[in-house]
Amino acid sequence: MKKVGNQSYFMSKPINILSTACIVGPKEKDGPLNAYFDQCLEDEFWGENSWEKAESKIIKETVNTAIAKSKIASSSIDFVFAGDLLNQCISSSFGLRESNIPFFGIFGACSTFGEALTLGSMTIDGDFATNVVCAASSHFCSAEKQFRFPLELGNQRAPSSQWTVTGSGAAVLSKDGEGPYVTAITPGKIVDMGIKDANNMGAAMAGAAQDTLLCHFKDTGRNPSYYDAIFTGDLGHVGKDILIDLMETKGYNIKANYNDCGVLIFDKEQQDTHSGGSGCGCSASVFCGYISHMFKEGKYKKVLLMPTGALMNSTTSQQGESIPGIAHAVAIEATCPNL
Amino acid sequence: MKPINSKEEYATYVDQKTPNSPILKNCFNAFWVGGLICALGQIIFEICKTRGIDETTSYTIVSISLIFISAFLTALNIFNKIGKFAGAGSLVPITGFANSIVSPAMEYKSEGYVMGVGAKMFTVAGPVLVYGISTSIIIGILYIIFNTQSITLI
Repeated sequence: MKKVGNQSYFMSKPINILSTACIVGPKEKDGPLNAYFDQCLEDEFWGENSWEKAESKIIKETVNTAIAKSKIASSSIDFVFAGDLLNQCISSSFGLRESNIPFFGIFGACSTFGEALTLGSMTIDGDFATNVVCAASSHFCSAEKQFRFPLELGNQRAPSSQWTVTGSGAAVLSKDGEGPYVTAITPGKIVDMGIKDANNMGAAMAGAAQDTLLCHFKDTGRNPSYYDAIFTGDLGHVGKDILIDLMETKGYNIKANYNDCGVLIFDKEQQDTHSGGSGCGCSASVFCGYISHMFKEGKYKKVLLMPTGALMNSTTSQQGESIPGIAHAVAIEATCPNL
Repeated sequence: MKPINSKEEYATYVDQKTPNSPILKNCFNAFWVGGLICALGQIIFEICKTRGIDETTSYTIVSISLIFISAFLTALNIFNKIGKFAGAGSLVPITGFANSIVSPAMEYKSEGYVMGVGAKMFTVAGPVLVYGISTSIIIGILYIIFNTQSITLI
């Protein structure tokens, strides 16, 4: 691993993304990315008697599917890095308690998948592991229950509010393989723009996304056109527009190849999801489904994935605190140019 | 666009950028659905009256009926759709109150009947009860004070 600039790193080994898998819920199934998911659930419970159990089952089955697709034995997996939104990361720890793989439960709010990929790549690059699994999940119902109101409550949502994705994504990273590769990482700093409205997460996180993106370009010497596509995690329609504006003020035009996973996963008009999708499962399932599919088809050769997270809980927003954001950038390329 | 150099500038910019709720549409829907619920209450009241039930009992029957209908529709996953459409129109009448108690009861059933349903049932309605009852006590005290001085308020 080679550090460049303030906070970016080029990998010194090829970090292969051996396989990816994603399982999503019924609303995501009705969305525009339907064709790219490994499995879509018919209902939110998936045969369990609580949403928390359902979410655990989703991440468990997603990790199992990813390992099965990678064709390596689960006993050869050195670590799993996984996280979710529920208190104390119980979806991941309960879902993976029978996996028999050394486990790191991580929390980066909705940026968790980016954090997992970053840590997984560092672990392999530092010779601590040969194969690792990176996973993240979220569930609309369990998230609403924890962060907002009961589902059956007859209230209205703000136009800037987002819809938590029910779903999970998992990727197996390995020393050996034929790509695509994680080639560079820019772990993000915590950036607080002073936004206090929990119904406007996109605006709260856009500052962090801008900060990480600027650092990435400055550190690596790359510019937006280096990538076929740049994806943020869940800025939504509102946050996406804000990030485009913010980058423009810094002299970068990202309009042409930039999109947001939260914008892609739902059809705003048909599905009434307001500003778009959110949650750890949003960037995880869009990456493990749609984006990796595009790599397989050769449509993408260079992608910058930047999951974004709002680092708050329901107590801090009730106490009137502002919402700090974070974004971790991971460069994924079909070939390894720096090796 | 101008560069943003402070949190205040960012807040102003975000305000412009964030879409507002469709207030006119929301008000209109709240008006007619709320009116419809009240009309339904009035119909129940009139039916009771024609059956020879006295006024006070009829009011009670109206409340009970609306609470039942709202709770029933909540359980059927219908009330939240009405609420999303009508907003305050279905929230402000007693139907909203019933919904705010039944919905957490359903949500927290997975944590058991004591710590789940029992403890969490009033998470949404609790503030309304606390401040509603507190206000009525204050008004009651004021009423007694002024009434003993022979000033008739009502």
